[in-house]
Amino acid sequence: MAVNNFEDRPVIIHADQVSRRFGNFTAVDHVSLDVLEGDIFGFLGPNGSGKTTLMRILCGLLRPTGGHATVLGKDVYADSEAVKRSIGYMSQQFSLYKDLSVMENLRFYAGIYGIPRRERVARMEEVIEIVGITDHRKKLAGNLSGGWKQRLALACALVHRPRLMFLDEPTAGIDPVARRDLWNLLFDLAGRGVTFFVTTHYMDEAERCSHIGYIYYSKLIVYGTPAELKLLPDVTPKGAERLEVRVPNVAASMRTLNTFDYVLDATIFADVLHVLAEQGCTRRLIADLEAGGFPGAEAKPIPATLEDVFVTLTRQRALERAQEQANV
Amino acid sequence: MFNGLAAIVYKETRHVLRDPRTLFLMLLLPCLELTMFGYAVNLDIKHIPTVVYDLDGRNSARELVEAYVNSGYFRIVDHVASDDALNREIVAGHAKVGIKISPDYTDRILEGKSAEVQVFIDGSDSTSALQALNTSNAIGMLTSMRIVGKSMGGTPVMTIDTRNRVLFNPDMRTANFMVPGLVGVILQVVVMLLTAFAIVREKEQGTLEQLMVTPVSRLGLILGKLVPFGVIGIFEATSVLTLMRFLFHVPIAGSLLLLAGFTLVFLFTTLSLGLLISTFAENQIQALQLSFLVLLPSFLLSGFMFPQETMPQIIYYIGQAVPVTYFLRVLRGIILRDAGFWDLWQNGAVLAGMGVFVILLASMRFRKTLK
Ligand SMILES: Nc1ncnc2c1ncn2[C@@H]1O[C@H](COP(=O)(O)OP(=O)(O)O)[C@@H](O)[C@H]1O
Ligand SMILES: [Mg+2]
Repeated sequence: MAVNNFEDRPVIIHADQVSRRFGNFTAVDHVSLDVLEGDIFGFLGPNGSGKTTLMRILCGLLRPTGGHATVLGKDVYADSEAVKRSIGYMSQQFSLYKDLSVMENLRFYAGIYGIPRRERVARMEEVIEIVGITDHRKKLAGNLSGGWKQRLALACALVHRPRLMFLDEPTAGIDPVARRDLWNLLFDLAGRGVTFFVTTHYMDEAERCSHIGYIYYSKLIVYGTPAELKLLPDVTPKGAERLEVRVPNVAASMRTLNTFDYVLDATIFADVLHVLAEQGCTRRLIADLEAGGFPGAEAKPIPATLEDVFVTLTRQRALERAQEQANV
Repeated sequence: MFNGLAAIVYKETRHVLRDPRTLFLMLLLPCLELTMFGYAVNLDIKHIPTVVYDLDGRNSARELVEAYVNSGYFRIVDHVASDDALNREIVAGHAKVGIKISPDYTDRILEGKSAEVQVFIDGSDSTSALQALNTSNAIGMLTSMRIVGKSMGGTPVMTIDTRNRVLFNPDMRTANFMVPGLVGVILQVVVMLLTAFAIVREKEQGTLEQLMVTPVSRLGLILGKLVPFGVIGIFEATSVLTLMRFLFHVPIAGSLLLLAGFTLVFLFTTLSLGLLISTFAENQIQALQLSFLVLLPSFLLSGFMFPQETMPQIIYYIGQAVPVTYFLRVLRGIILRDAGFWDLWQNGAVLAGMGVFVILLASMRFRKTLK
């Protein structure tokens, strides 16, 4: 159910029915998607759903066992060396040389990417400036804190001015402030025309992406802009609406809520409940809650969040999978 | 084709210089090994502890004992007065040889009859036993002949005079033969392991994946790893050769320059083998296990420990497949026999050929994709 964009920006990544099997196990199953120039494409999915595998395929690191993909117009498998010259990649685990300093790591990558000796220093200064790591030049990479490590990795991946960056969970395990800073940096770079393909677990990061793909058990379930996804009919079915219900005892009241036949779904969000209910049942819901021993509830209609989108779609897909497996 | 070579060399050099302790160990280790094994393989057995049970006690008997001592191979530790005591000395390990001279030794010689001397040798140490046996036989022969000569009046005569002359290592010092071999084998071990770990470590740390998405060329990466370790190899070779010359006093008969040249070729082959191993191994343990496939034949089949001439054919051919076989010929040739380039060039050619073949195989096996 891909949401199509008909825009005239160039297609940077084009994946067509890309699959990858490891033995009997299919890690990526017929995934098709397009990423246009300037997009920040957020690739979401639970652990082990195939995010890293698809990213590796798109970087020319892993051979697809089915389908084909082009990156910047080049086939990712047949022409992988050309692809590698024009992309930047940050792998999931920190993979710079811990016993080399910030500058030494940068100098190494500048050399590897064949930046002419004359330009090398200027180019290194440029990326140091961009990621703001000026004060740490002499430090060993291994001694940097998580956030700075990621900035250094980003700098190394940027030194050859790639048009497209692949970042595999760049914010995993770094503190919230560093996380926000890193994202601001990504926007900054996107503003300079760099396209991003980023995997993440975090919903708030997903909200900031221009486009999102959601992969679940190796299959791409949905992709589009966050706004488009929230309006998907499957997420809020016809005749239903989403309510935010404020009630003192959320956990206990959710059990009661789930017994009402006009409630389709209920999820706890901190101290409130997000309820998917038949349209026009707000009053009834408050009354029924009071009758069930939860007085003083308040309810107001809200739009779907991305988390709603993923939770709903995941549940649907899990049900479908269970049915498929039961049929086999 | 060599894209990224300079950058890899730069990076590897940084790694090495960043960690001087490891660098120091890398240089010290081969020297330690050479010292340890060099003394251990010293097979020259001299001054074998010997007890004497002299029942005769007269001049001729004493001359015989002196002949033993003068040979340099025996050292009298005690005189005993009974068969029992002689036996006990050997069992207790105080002596490895017992010489028993019968009471009528002098009498029988004077009568022109054959005199009896019993020599007991501790066979539990086979190397010294063999040495003692051979020397003792020779002493027996020589003493007999001297006596025969005397009895025939005047100068001793010899029927056949075989004048064996050992060329090139006239003292038959085992050190001169073994220590150059050790130099080759130790270099093989140390240099190969060093390089085998170089790429495997990057696999383990995930840095190789990052490298694979760069435009670095396969040959650039492989050769880039080879150059800095080659330099370390040169230092190691120099230090073990120096040790050989000045600690073990093995003179280098031939040209130093030629020795250096062939050593470079051997280092190249060994480094390439290490790199090939690192393309098979996923971690350092596997690299170590694979290294043993090369190291065991290097020790056992290269002619370092056992002569290749006596090996069964198939074993012999396996021996021909290990590089150190050729390097040993070169080392012994130059160090002991003053062999020149034209005597040894074939060994060098085989080594160089092996090196080129292996490095190409390694860079072909090395893929810039994951499995
Ligand atoms: N080289 C491989 N061999 C076998 N299975 C693999 C390999 N790489 C990944 N997988 C499997 O593929 C699935 C998807 O992995 P991955 O793409 O890393 O997921 P994610 O990045 O979404 O957490 C996992 O179940 C993983 O075990
Ligand atoms: Mg992953």
